[in-house]
This record gives sequence, C-alpha cells and structure tokens, in this order.
Amino acid sequence: MISKVRPHPTQNESLLFETSSPGKAGYQLPKLDVPPVDARDALGAQNVRQEIPDFPEVSEVDVIRHFTRLSTWNYAIDLGLYPLGSCTMKYNPRVNEAVARTEGLMWIHPYQPDALSQGAFAILAELERALAEITGMDAVTLQPAAGAHGELTGILLVRAALEAQGNARKKVIVPDSAHGTNPASVRMAGYEVVNVASNDRGMLDVEALVRTVDEDIAAIMITNPNTLGVFEEHIAEVARILHSKGALVYMDGANMNALAGISRPGDYGVDLMHLNLHKTFSTPHGGGGPGSGPVAVKKPLEPFLPLPRLQHAPSGWSWNYDRPQSIGRVRAFYGNFGVLVRALAYIMAHGGDGLNRATLDALLNANYLRKLLESHYEIAYHAPSMHECVFRHASNGAIAKRLIDYGFHPYTVSFPLIVHGAMMIEPTETESKQELDLFADALVSIAQEVKENPELVSTAPHSTRTTKVDEVAAARKPILKWTR
Amino acid sequence: MDPENLRYTKEHEWVRVEGDVGIIGITSHAQSELGDIVYVDLPKPGTVIQQGKTIGSVESVKAVSDIYTPVSGEVVEVNGLLTESPETLNKDPYGTGWLVKIKLSDPGEPAKLLTAAEYQAFVGTETS
Repeated sequence: MISKVRPHPTQNESLLFETSSPGKAGYQLPKLDVPPVDARDALGAQNVRQEIPDFPEVSEVDVIRHFTRLSTWNYAIDLGLYPLGSCTMKYNPRVNEAVARTEGLMWIHPYQPDALSQGAFAILAELERALAEITGMDAVTLQPAAGAHGELTGILLVRAALEAQGNARKKVIVPDSAHGTNPASVRMAGYEVVNVASNDRGMLDVEALVRTVDEDIAAIMITNPNTLGVFEEHIAEVARILHSKGALVYMDGANMNALAGISRPGDYGVDLMHLNLHKTFSTPHGGGGPGSGPVAVKKPLEPFLPLPRLQHAPSGWSWNYDRPQSIGRVRAFYGNFGVLVRALAYIMAHGGDGLNRATLDALLNANYLRKLLESHYEIAYHAPSMHECVFRHASNGAIAKRLIDYGFHPYTVSFPLIVHGAMMIEPTETESKQELDLFADALVSIAQEVKENPELVSTAPHSTRTTKVDEVAAARKPILKWTR
Repeated sequence: MDPENLRYTKEHEWVRVEGDVGIIGITSHAQSELGDIVYVDLPKPGTVIQQGKTIGSVESVKAVSDIYTPVSGEVVEVNGLLTESPETLNKDPYGTGWLVKIKLSDPGEPAKLLTAAEYQAFVGTETS
C-alpha cells in the first residue's frame, strides 16, 4: 500500500517563450534625464541588431511562478530518501551554506592579491590537512573539479612518477567491480585497461591478480568498498602484490562514506586516491554541484602534484609554482572554492568523533535495509555489506519506476554490471528509522505487486506528471532543439 | 538458435568467413542481454585491428558494451545501416545487423574460435 505520498495537482506549464506577449515588461525605467543617443551612431549601424529573435517578454511574477512551479516537480534530498547506490546522496547541512555565504568568502575573487587572501589560503590548507588525516595520506591537491577529474589527475600522477623512474609502463588493472569511470580515466591517461574478475564473494580474485601483475602494469585502480558495497578484505595483500612489481595502488575513494573516521586507506598500502567532496563530505550534488574531487597522495608522489601548491612562510601564505616535476595545472585557479569551504565546514562541525559516528550510522542504515529486504529480494553477494547493498531482480527497472509512485527516488539500476538486474541501494546516515521503514515497506509491497499485478509495475509510474517515458525512442531519435 | 556456420567468442561476437573476408557481428544472446540498442560505434574502413582488441561499442538503454574483434586484419567495410537504424541489431543480429567486414590477416584464426555448440554451452554456464 502506498502510505507515504498521495497525488496533488500541479499546473500545466508552458515554456517562457510560449508565455511571452509582445510589449510585456517586468521593469519600469526612470525618465530619461540625459540627451537621447541613437545606438547606431554611437556603436556603428553594423553593430546594432534590427530585431532580437524570440526573447520572451514576461513580467517578474510570471518568471518567479514559472520557476517556482518547476522546482516543485523535482525530487530532492530535502524531500526524502534518495537511495542512489554509489552516489552517497546525503543531506547537505545548512551550516555549510551559512559558512559559504560569509561575506568575505562569498565575494572573494581569485585575482585578489595574496595579501588579501590569507584567510582563503588558510581554509584550503586546513582542508588539505584534514583530508590527509582522514585518508592517512601525506599531501592533497584540491584542484580536480569532480571525481572522474580526480581519477584522471591520479593516473597522470602515476604516469609522471613511473616516467621519472625511467619507464611509464603500459597497463592499469581495473577490477570488474570498479566504478565505470575508472577504465575511461585509464584510457585518457594513455594506458591500456586490464580487467580482473571478482570471486564468488564479490571481492577481487587475488590469485587472478597475481597472474596478471607483471612489469608492464603501472597501477591498480581499486574501488574500496567496491561497487557491491563489499570491503576488499585482501586490500593490504593486493597492495603488497602490486608493490612487489614496482606498481602503484590507486584507490577510488567514491565510497569513502563507508570508511571516513574508521579506516584509513593510507594505512593499508594505498599510494594515492581521490575523494568526492560532493559525496562523503556533504557538498551539493549533481545539478546542485559543482563537484570536487581532491587527490591525496603518499610522500613519494608529492613532487608530481598539480601546479600550484600552497606554501607557507613567516610572511604568510602564497602559491608555489617552482615545482619542476609537477604534472602541471589541471584546473583554473584552485578547485571549486565554495565547495571546498562547505566540505571544511562539514568536517569541522563533525570532528573526528562525529565523522566516525556518521560512518557507523551509514553502515547501520544499509545493513538495516538489507535485513528488512533480504527475504523479499535476492541479495547479489553474501559478503557483509558496508554503506550500500546490492540486490538482484529481473524487473529491477520497472520496480525502480514503481518506487516513484510510492514517493521515493529510485535506487541505482543495473549497476554494477557484474550483477544481472542490479538494484543498488545506499541510504546514507541521513535517514531515520521511520524513513527507512517506509522505504522497505514500499519495496516489499512492490515485490508483492510484481507477483499479483505485474502490469501495474511494468507500466509505472502512474501518479507522476509524466508517466512512463519511451527511453528507447528518446535515445534513438532525440529532439535536441526547441522549435515553435 | 545460433547458426552452425559461424564461429563465436566468449565476449559474444560471431564471425562468418566468406573467402578472405570475415564478417563480424554480435550474438543474439548479446543483443537480448543489452536490450534496445540505440547507438553503434564502429571503426573506420582501413583500420588495421588485432584479434581480441576493442573495435567499437554498442550502446543500449541499459549499458554501453565494447566490441572485441574475433579476428585480425583490415576493416574493409562497416554496416552503415546501423547508424540510421541501430534497432537492426536487435531484429537481425546474424543477418542485416552485421557490424564490420575484415580482410583476414590470419585465415587460421576463425577455426580456433568457439563452435555454435561450444558457445551455447558457455552461455549456459554464464547465465546459470
């Protein structure tokens, strides 16, 4: 039974272009108190348009209502559980926003002189220190603008470090339970991808790994916990195997929400990793971004980090560009500063104990859902779950759509690829027991519907503004341009 | 059923030899697992490729999957029909849904690939 939501009417919405009526304006100019000038005389006739095509002419209230109504069609973390596995859709605490809107931070400009930016430098340095502490690494760059950008930066660091030893090598190992962006980052950095399969426990097959690692391997790119939500128990052994052949261990830290405050990758052999501040550290996500993907490294990789680096002298903070081994700049300025401020606010509001507690709650929530759902859905792998759990069901796509009728955002569908019919669920620490119970009830109820009324599920959603869309036609014959 | 006169790979491609040319496609099992195919990315004619390497990709609503060539040689023709009508791959994977034609550089390669019976047995173990 659908208990969380009920339909409520929303207005049919035209595009602003369609709402436009000639001559309508949302402003009133004061009376002209200077002599009028003909724009064609002042600018040259060839520089002045005769007409402006299709600019919507609407009033202020038209615009406000239009966008406010559109905003009510959205689903958001501020409305309820958002269980997209692997995405860590946690609540963005409002204190982050309050801090980021501090006047001095909000109006700061990247070209402001260093002497007037000392506070910003200190914030960046403090965040680097905190992330190094949380990951057990020695140095951090905050430049990369998102997770995959961090991955690419990381693999370029691997290449630079190995080149400095005389041989960049040819290949990077990517387990089949890794994030989908990993192989792409490897290719972009000029390496070949070597796939290694998982074993029946959903962990990297160590024997297969041993057979794969040779002097051509530059690194392994391992996601831990992996995309099955399973902790790679043999991670220290994996690191030993790679290091014995002179290769490096890159960890995709997208799932750091399972580890922060509890386990430090730097303590079990990881040489470098990225973090997703928009996941683990609660900064806005997706369309609400921008993202941020800092890279943390061990000491030997520090000389290769992107330009510039923060440096401190008795006279204060400044940028250091004198780093001959650096891979160079990977982004303008120094990352998405406003996002970095929010992440530091989150870390400082929590402290070490708070991060530890948040992580334990994230694990508890995922395992609570697993227990509630295990007798209704088949769990993909029986190894213990960390911050997310993966079930399988032949109707995983339809069930996800039906969840929308129940008032929830769907889980991640058909990923990881190694699970047929994957349903990947990550509740995060944000959710209360009440919300988790409602979600589990919804999925249990849908499991029943699949048996008793499969048509109801396969044609869902029914209560949304737009019912089931034709994804195939949209992909094969996309309409990418608006025409009147 | 997978045609008897083709050879197959564990990555779910097939090859049919006609003279010194190998015609390559993906299996019926592959198209059915991928679901509705919406885009096919193929190599340019003239590309020289090596057995087992990626030569393109097939994109469905669910996933993007690499295509690995079952044979080595030079691409002599690609199936232009798939650009306009990628659904051909779903409808006729062993016929009009072929992907590329390759001039074989090692005519001995196809015989070393799986037979239809071996491929079916492999698919059986993979999906159980």
